[in-house]
Amino acid sequence: MYQAIVFLPLLGAILAALISLVGARARHPGGEPEAGAHPHAAAPSHAGSDEAHGEHPLRQPALASRFAELITTGLLFFSMILSWIAFVRVGFGNDAHVSLTTWVASGDLKFAWALRVDTLTVVMLVVVTTISALVHLYSIGYMADDPHQPRFFSYLSLFTFAMLMLVTADNLVQLFFGWEGVGLMSYLLIGFWYHKPEANAAAIKAFIVNRVGDFGFSLGIFAVFMMTGAVDFDTVFAQAPGLAGKTIDILGIHADALTLICLLLFMGAMGKSAQFLLHTWLPDAMEGPTPVSALIHAATMVTAGVFMVARLSPLFELSPSAQTFVTTIGATTALFAATVGLVQNDIKRIVAYSTCSQLGYMFVAMGVGAYSVGMFHLFTHAFFKALLFLGSGSVITAMHHEQDIRRMGGLKDRIPLTYWAMVIGTLALTGFPFTAGYFSKDAVIEAAYAGANPMAIYGFLCTVLAAALTSFYSWRLIFKTFHGTPHDHHHHAQAHESPMVMLVPLAVLAAGSLLAGYPFKELFAGHSVEEFFRQSLKFADGNHVLEQMEHIPYLIGFLPTLMMAIGFLVAWQFYIRKPEIPVELARQHETLYRFLLNKWYFDEIYDFLLVQPTIRLGRLLWKGGDGWLIDGFGPDGVSARVLDVTRSVVRLQTGYLYHYAFAMLIGVAALITWFMFAGGMH
Amino acid sequence: MTIGLGHYLTVAAILFTLGVFGIFLNRKNVIIIMMSIELILLAVNLNMVAFSAFLGDLVGQVFALVVLTVAAAEAAIGLAILVVYFRNRGSIAVEDIHLMKG
Repeated sequence: MYQAIVFLPLLGAILAALISLVGARARHPGGEPEAGAHPHAAAPSHAGSDEAHGEHPLRQPALASRFAELITTGLLFFSMILSWIAFVRVGFGNDAHVSLTTWVASGDLKFAWALRVDTLTVVMLVVVTTISALVHLYSIGYMADDPHQPRFFSYLSLFTFAMLMLVTADNLVQLFFGWEGVGLMSYLLIGFWYHKPEANAAAIKAFIVNRVGDFGFSLGIFAVFMMTGAVDFDTVFAQAPGLAGKTIDILGIHADALTLICLLLFMGAMGKSAQFLLHTWLPDAMEGPTPVSALIHAATMVTAGVFMVARLSPLFELSPSAQTFVTTIGATTALFAATVGLVQNDIKRIVAYSTCSQLGYMFVAMGVGAYSVGMFHLFTHAFFKALLFLGSGSVITAMHHEQDIRRMGGLKDRIPLTYWAMVIGTLALTGFPFTAGYFSKDAVIEAAYAGANPMAIYGFLCTVLAAALTSFYSWRLIFKTFHGTPHDHHHHAQAHESPMVMLVPLAVLAAGSLLAGYPFKELFAGHSVEEFFRQSLKFADGNHVLEQMEHIPYLIGFLPTLMMAIGFLVAWQFYIRKPEIPVELARQHETLYRFLLNKWYFDEIYDFLLVQPTIRLGRLLWKGGDGWLIDGFGPDGVSARVLDVTRSVVRLQTGYLYHYAFAMLIGVAALITWFMFAGGMH
Repeated sequence: MTIGLGHYLTVAAILFTLGVFGIFLNRKNVIIIMMSIELILLAVNLNMVAFSAFLGDLVGQVFALVVLTVAAAEAAIGLAILVVYFRNRGSIAVEDIHLMKG
């Protein structure tokens, strides 16, 4: 059964990929890239069909694209059902370990392909397959006009497979395999509309920024192998307590082994989960199709970092310094992303910064040792953030691919179902009482307050402040998009509700956003954590954060809700009652506004500090190192010297008969002379 | 003064040298080159006949006859080529013949 969960999406991906290839062949018979435009170049049997579609060579959907949609979506739903069964089964205490095959057995390095199915894994399985199945369904509607559906669905399913491989990993290398797999699919899906230069740039940016994190991640894996001689989780975790106090010497620095390992591994998590300093790729990744943003850049892939820290909790528990670092980064991200989200105008970018901020929340929980709480927020966040993204997608379709919220407004009555879905998502995101987000977000903030590490209080302050900001920018999004007067009457008049196939996933996710909190509260953040998660999460002996969460002052527990209310009221005041206030504020605090609008100038700083020097270095090595030195003294230089020599040799060949005759005679004379004086001696 | 072998050889050498210089000092006419070749061949023939008489060996004279025959054939072929060449290129000036120039 567990194999089926993981490999059904792969099967779907392969089938859709085959359909996609066949479709590509049909569009371009004989590999002619412009076959549609030049029907005469095609084989006679294809000529008729080519002429029929010659006017719109790109609008022709691939053959059997409906079949590709149905098979990938169907397999995903099947996988989802199996995941929920697994969730129940494992939740009652039946951990499973499925060995597939040996992967590497080379000297001391031995590990296998295996599926490790414990509580942590099934939580992720449920999240990934559910969101993925709904996104598949939604995409059938959203991508209906796109001629490349089979490719899209193949990518989506392959992504799901990689993500499932990641969450079921039994060893660090398999985790890394899934990690890189989702990174690759993220690249392909961000750049899905490859004819858009911005999409390509965003895809490359996402890939490169992730390389920075993955560099740390792979170093971390090497360090783990160096210290423990193994990469499979069981062995590593068993040996981890023995590593306490050991050091790794690099360049004369004695670094604490566990802290170094944790920090390196966390670097990977920072890249994948778009944490502070490595967050720049996530907003740009919004160039991809909206379902992709919902699936990859909100609900699943970006939470891989959180999952990784939870999975490696036995290591992180042993290194308080690493935990402090995790808390600091998480808290900074939560606040930073929320401030940037305040002033953005692109509907998807607002939601993207919100994702970034919420991931920061999860890391705060991870950092203070409340792993289950972080997982709880991951679980609920997947629902409401996917809902917000899919809702945004619905708005974007309704507005004919307009993404700027300044051009929207008054859409409430035109697309009521989307409106209510978005409102539910926003309520959950801002932590309105008794929605899913309320339980998990409050639990994170309480955990930060109760946390023991030195930066926990910083985490607490940042998350509380960010809660108010979250509420403000979320309601700003709602008010500017759906309320007020329409700014673009043409689009407003044409706005239409999305088809049923897109509304059903919205409805399911809305139900999840409302209801996914309470039933799971005890399992993730209450008294049942120990029985539910058992060995999959490790709480050190001194870690009582979950108990202390119960005993925090009543007022502190009430604070997030208060913040949410403040944010809502301010947003209401700004965008409903007195819409002139924000304009006035922006003018009065021009510098601050610019600072936030330009995302703290991170892109510019990175451009100045990293990109430009790299370009200069590359140019130097290209022009100077390769062009001048290697080519100059290597191939080009040698060929130039050969040419020089031949040019003078060529001049010997005058072509005049008498010159050749003269040379022959001189030769004959010389030969005879030599023969007479030397050869004649014998 | 009796005319001995040395005189014959001297005349032959002078003829030979004239022929050689005729080949590579001549810039004008291909026919002159062919005439120079004939001169060289005649110088050789003269040598052979002179040695033949001096040594009393008839083979040299026989060989001279063979050379004359070959020279005649060569002249015929050479002139034929020349005519064809002239038809093709409209000139038989030696300076214009430099198709082999690198």
